[in-house]
Amino acid sequence: MTVPFYVPPEQLVKDRADFAKKGVGRGRPIVVLQLDVGILLIGENSSPSLRKIGEIYDRIAFAGVGRFNEFETLRVAGVRYADLKGFSYARDDVTGKSLANAYSQTLGQIFSHEVKPYEVDIIVAELGVEMDGDKLFRVQFDGTLRDAERTAVLGAGEDAIAESVKDSWRPDLSLSEAIRLATTSIEQVEDRRIDATAWETGFLDRAGERRTFRRVTVEEFEDAPEQ
Amino acid sequence: MNSEGVGIGPLRIGEPIDAGSFMSVLEHRGLVPEWRFDTPPKDAIPEATTVLALTWADGVLMAGDRRATAGNLIAHRRVRKVYPADEYSAVAIAGTAGMAVELIKLFQTELEHYEKIEGSRLSLEGKANFLARMIRGNLALAFQGLVVIPLFCGFDEVDHSGRLFSFDVVGGRYDELSYATTGSGGGEAKSFLKSEWKPSLDRAAALSMAVEALVAAAEEDAATGGPDLKRDIYPNIVTVTREGVDEVSDSELAPIAATVVEGRP
Repeated sequence: MTVPFYVPPEQLVKDRADFAKKGVGRGRPIVVLQLDVGILLIGENSSPSLRKIGEIYDRIAFAGVGRFNEFETLRVAGVRYADLKGFSYARDDVTGKSLANAYSQTLGQIFSHEVKPYEVDIIVAELGVEMDGDKLFRVQFDGTLRDAERTAVLGAGEDAIAESVKDSWRPDLSLSEAIRLATTSIEQVEDRRIDATAWETGFLDRAGERRTFRRVTVEEFEDAPEQ
Repeated sequence: MNSEGVGIGPLRIGEPIDAGSFMSVLEHRGLVPEWRFDTPPKDAIPEATTVLALTWADGVLMAGDRRATAGNLIAHRRVRKVYPADEYSAVAIAGTAGMAVELIKLFQTELEHYEKIEGSRLSLEGKANFLARMIRGNLALAFQGLVVIPLFCGFDEVDHSGRLFSFDVVGGRYDELSYATTGSGGGEAKSFLKSEWKPSLDRAAALSMAVEALVAAAEEDAATGGPDLKRDIYPNIVTVTREGVDEVSDSELAPIAATVVEGRP
């Protein structure tokens, strides 16, 4: 009979965290910006059909970096959770906070109990009536749940991009200006030009009614001023 | 069903559920709305009556009266029977009111759920077939007298035309090219439309024709309520065109209803 080696819990958690961080750190970055006009989520995605940014509910959007199948599983579970809650109670009862909490519980459980932790980092963005009511929740691979203020960046090079985004962010940026800010920040840090068709966007539109999530149109994208 | 599957929360990963189907989530969690009776309390349950749909130049429109009856009584005067189903389709239901409202809510959620999970809307045909399946699911109740019969219309985003579907109690689905009606006053409304309807009506003519068909039904059927100018109660009308679903406002309907009522023989 073989006796398993003793591994101290600190080491176990560290190994798992290092493993997950490595996976997340390879993910193409996503920038999230709160604005007067709404909340913009944008990132490079060469696939037109495998989405990283999606609609969860009337005023809630989702973005994930890391392994596609893992954050897609989370997104689908989130849509089910939200639709079920809205169907059973009322549409207003579906909140970003409860969803972010549910994600945090689930990821925490997977991190400590499953064979392999999820290699993901996700954002739950909730649109308020005014910008002060907006909420950005960030949930990491181990279930760590944090509030983000005004802006958030996930994925490869997130610290450098976050720095550059924060410097030029203003609440009164137009949608096109915000797109320009996010795309140039990513391009500068990655030191390469990214084709305009390679961006995936999601926008929670404060002017929208009921379902406020939409994709940015080609015209709005092209209106983005050159810097 | 295992007890683990029942209920709303928490978030669940890896459930064996058909991707994109909200109905399948409800089935898995044991939350599908159900009604069971040994003897249905027939006269105590409000019933919604006449609804109609017709095609016009830019698409389709659907209209419903506002009355719900329970036995001989008028149960409600401002019931809504016509609803947008999603951005490009609308659904109207006649029959047992409480069940109808729940089924419409379920239908709306299913369409939205599919769109969010799959990233694209169901085809118009797909939506109509799903609605037929929902009606079939309540067949046992239909035999007890609790019938729900919908009309469904939408703008086909592929072939760019308005289409309309009627259904029967066993979930049969029928394409209609011109107009369709259902409910207790449906026969009367249908004979009116049969003599008046023409292809390519403009919006004003289509609206006024829909209102007049409901008035004609209300004149003959006690369970159908005509426009009530004194109480400001007008039919619900929804149009579906290339631009999507649009609910016609009461302020637009008020003068039309007044003219129609005035001009009735």
